[in-house]
Amino acid sequence: MSSTRAAPPRRPPAPQRGSAGDRRMTWRDRLYRFDMRYMPYLMIAPFFLLFIVFGLFPLLFNAVVSLRNYRLDDPTLPYWAGMENFSRLSADEDFWNALYNTFGIFLLSTVPQLLLALLVASLLNRKLRAQTWWRVGVLLPYVTPIVASTMVFSVFFSRDFGMANWALGLLGIGGADDPIDWRAGKLQAWIAIATMVNWKWIGYNALLYLAAMQSIPRDVYEAAAIDGAGPWKQLWRITVPMIQPVVVFTVILSTIGGLQLFTEPMLFDPNAQAATGGPDGEWQTIAQLIYKVGWKDLNLGYAAAMSWALFLIILVVAGLNYLLTNRLSGGRR
Amino acid sequence: MTTRRVVARAPQDTPAGLWTYLLLAVSMLFAAFPLYWMFVIATSNDEALAKLPPAVIPGDRFLTNVEEVFSLQDVYFAASLVNSVIVSAVVTASVLFFCSLAGFAFAKLRFKGSGALMLFVVLTLTVPNQLGIVALYIVMGKLGWNGTLLAVIAPGLVTAFGVFYMRQFIVNTVPDELVESARVDGATTMRVYATIVVPSIRPALAVLGLLTFVATWNDFQWPLITLSGTDYPTSMVAVSDLASGNYVIYRRVLAGAFIATVPLLVMLFIGGRQIVRGIMEGAVKS
Repeated sequence: MSSTRAAPPRRPPAPQRGSAGDRRMTWRDRLYRFDMRYMPYLMIAPFFLLFIVFGLFPLLFNAVVSLRNYRLDDPTLPYWAGMENFSRLSADEDFWNALYNTFGIFLLSTVPQLLLALLVASLLNRKLRAQTWWRVGVLLPYVTPIVASTMVFSVFFSRDFGMANWALGLLGIGGADDPIDWRAGKLQAWIAIATMVNWKWIGYNALLYLAAMQSIPRDVYEAAAIDGAGPWKQLWRITVPMIQPVVVFTVILSTIGGLQLFTEPMLFDPNAQAATGGPDGEWQTIAQLIYKVGWKDLNLGYAAAMSWALFLIILVVAGLNYLLTNRLSGGRR
Repeated sequence: MTTRRVVARAPQDTPAGLWTYLLLAVSMLFAAFPLYWMFVIATSNDEALAKLPPAVIPGDRFLTNVEEVFSLQDVYFAASLVNSVIVSAVVTASVLFFCSLAGFAFAKLRFKGSGALMLFVVLTLTVPNQLGIVALYIVMGKLGWNGTLLAVIAPGLVTAFGVFYMRQFIVNTVPDELVESARVDGATTMRVYATIVVPSIRPALAVLGLLTFVATWNDFQWPLITLSGTDYPTSMVAVSDLASGNYVIYRRVLAGAFIATVPLLVMLFIGGRQIVRGIMEGAVKS
């Protein structure tokens, strides 16, 4: 998001018809002046109006709601709650549990996802037969609705007849006598959910990396190859540092997405409607908890406090991410 | 030190070897398998689900299962599919129109504050709308739109990404001279938009259209919130409804999921090249 130079100012193209001294403007002149001066604003107005009403305003208004008592089932409560929602938040075990889960799943999904995407991208970054076909193929998960794929994965990760346990059994892990109960503990559930996230986003990220890889100048590789650097060394010493801005971009994207994870943890639960993320909240994420507090417990004020807190957390983590990834991949140069 | 003559070639010029194809085929299998298996179960009877080793060959019950999904009493699947089509079509058309209009203004027109306003657009790219969801629900409540398709459509009508994407494309592909000569001929701004800009940004419209349609069709959280309790939600909410209740019949759930996925698979099949290009270009430019 760095190359956002403003449009180079250009001379107004058409010659002014009515000169400055000419008081009596014809209808055409007026139209022309209106068109030149105000039309651009009319053209960008829909974006700003809609974004402000349905994007920015709700985000800011959330902060106001978070300071209020706003229960859907009890409108008689005093209007202002002050910091009550937030102080309740800091002592709320559910909130900390959800935060812990969110970060756990986030780490288990982001790291493998981006590493595997890098590998897929470097596979795609060769002279391939049927090149387009491969690229379109890796996008299959991207166009599959998360709702649909989560249903499939929930079946894969069932305890008794699930394909995951069957496959692990073939490898000598678990097996029919001692199947893994994917919904019985934090780590298992996190792994199952992270698998869904990884499946969905590897191909998409791989294409982002591929785009950047293709613009790396060829002579860098030639020099490295002459110096005796093999493909693996080339990948880590040249490719990754050279595509660093895109790596930073994907890390931030997956942070923003990962911390808002909702659909996968919701539908992994056989009892999805409760939005508890497992009997003991094993995999309840923040986004899911916000939904539960707001629309199951009907406490919108408290839910707003949570989403405002999540907003701040995302800001901080995205910022940290930016600094870290910048330093890590920049240091390798 | 190696003494043999190294083939000094960049990866992108190196013909892929057997290993590359093998590994790519494995990742392709990994990417396609859940979809394929969804189809297998969608065409089978109840027993297929509990088979070990798992069933991998489609059954012959596809039409029966589909019929069951459509004739359910408590989930109006056909209506929810229609709703998804309406929402996605309206949102896509609107995003294409408003974003290309704004993109054109930012790319080729001169007006006070355009730099600052564009910066604002870029900054909003990073704001996750989802975080304002509680207040958005309250806003929709005040407007009386909760429970209606309007609540799902309205927040999607424009996107900052769309404006940004269109601006970049128009800056690079629409020649200034063409715009200027049309101006000299007396064309209004809207006329320039309709006769010069739109025809030359068709590829970008296709890309943005496909990406927007996919994203809108697949959205789950907001439709779930605003349409819950209504009989006619979007297809994503309807699929999740298929899986609620005490006794879940998975061949039904996956038949429904499969039906709701088909339109997007068709899109990928037809517009795959554009979607790939759109994602790859989005990365280079950002």
